Amino acid sequence: MNEVANPEHGHDHPKHELSHYAKRIYAIRDLLIEKGVITEKDIQCQIEYQEARSPANGAQLVARAWVDPEFKARLIADPKSACAELGIDASAINEFVVLENTEQLRHMVVCTLCSCYPRPILGRPPDWYKSFNYRQRAVVDPRGVMREFGLNPGDDVEVRVHDSTADIRYLVLPLRPKGTENWSEADLAKLVTRDSLIGVMDPLDAISE
Amino acid sequence: MTRGHHDIGGVPGAGPIDQSEHSLSDWEILADAVNQALGARGVKRTDEMRRAREEMDSTAYRDMTYYERWIASIEAILIEKKIITKEEIDRKLAEFETKWGET
Amino acid sequence: MGRDVNSPSKFKPGDRVTVKFEDRPGHLRTPWYIRGKSGWIERVYGQFRNPESLAFGRDGLPKKTLYLVAFNQSDVWGRTSEPKDKVLVDIYEHWLESSVGEGTSS
Repeated sequence: MNEVANPEHGHDHPKHELSHYAKRIYAIRDLLIEKGVITEKDIQCQIEYQEARSPANGAQLVARAWVDPEFKARLIADPKSACAELGIDASAINEFVVLENTEQLRHMVVCTLCSCYPRPILGRPPDWYKSFNYRQRAVVDPRGVMREFGLNPGDDVEVRVHDSTADIRYLVLPLRPKGTENWSEADLAKLVTRDSLIGVMDPLDAISE
Repeated sequence: MTRGHHDIGGVPGAGPIDQSEHSLSDWEILADAVNQALGARGVKRTDEMRRAREEMDSTAYRDMTYYERWIASIEAILIEKKIITKEEIDRKLAEFETKWGET
Repeated sequence: MGRDVNSPSKFKPGDRVTVKFEDRPGHLRTPWYIRGKSGWIERVYGQFRNPESLAFGRDGLPKKTLYLVAFNQSDVWGRTSEPKDKVLVDIYEHWLESSVGEGTSS
């Protein structure tokens, strides 16, 4: 009897305590392998693929864009090529758009219909991004959502919410924090949180280390 | 005209965003991987999975967790495509439950 | 071959458009809250297979032009607060029709 070989992942309930559908995926998995629809290796490859993707990729892109204006222009013009320059594999994304924040402009990304997210770059979305409350409120009350994450745009700031209803995946290019002149890319990348790439908050302040 | 239970942008009554996160259980990681593997093999498309979730019972949609909905839609689409039957899943699960109950 | 040839897109950036108020069974990717609302074309994304057809195992052809359509929040939700704010949605051409003189971009 096959077990998923990932004992280091997460907290696990004894399997007989799992919910109805949680149990069924084990049966489905075995049947699919028995019938030759997918293989054990397919599953392992997908687990590894997913584990290799994280917000660090987004942070790397942003930090480079902050220090290198020509890279930033390339990132905005052709994000998939810019990813490839930094060794980030964005090939699984159909189309990819980078939304640049400015002093007068903040972007926020949601998928109200399900939870589309740039997974090939950033990995899995956070639970809150997939929640009904976020999907319901983001388009009608983006400033209220931002306030919950600590961001309070003034009246002079335009807030643009993108509802990613099709195959376009969006990444926010946040505003570079003040007081970071001469910072290294590595240090800049540490300020770029996953949530700032979704747009619900700005990056961390320079003094927050 | 009826609004789908998934089509919730702007629906009033939503509360604060719960920012807590949970690390994924084994079954959730498996659901994610099976879904991606089926896509990579061209067995199903993401659009079909979304449609299956839209066709679910609305109460179940709201009550299930994210990955439970994925598993429900994986099952629905595999059955629809006659790759697996519900009875086969039930039988296989019964075998597992016997084994899990023994440990 | 004919199905994949790029036909000129019906709209261009700046064009005023209104989202159709359609409803029909099936897998629709135009959210309820934006149906019937008026905005303008922000970008032309190009042609994609139609998800409404892909969702039922069909080939999604002929491809449809996808647009980034921008709306004033005040036009969508009827509020006058936050006059600068916008909501932008990726919408397929068959959901859009020309509108003349409705709403203003701020």
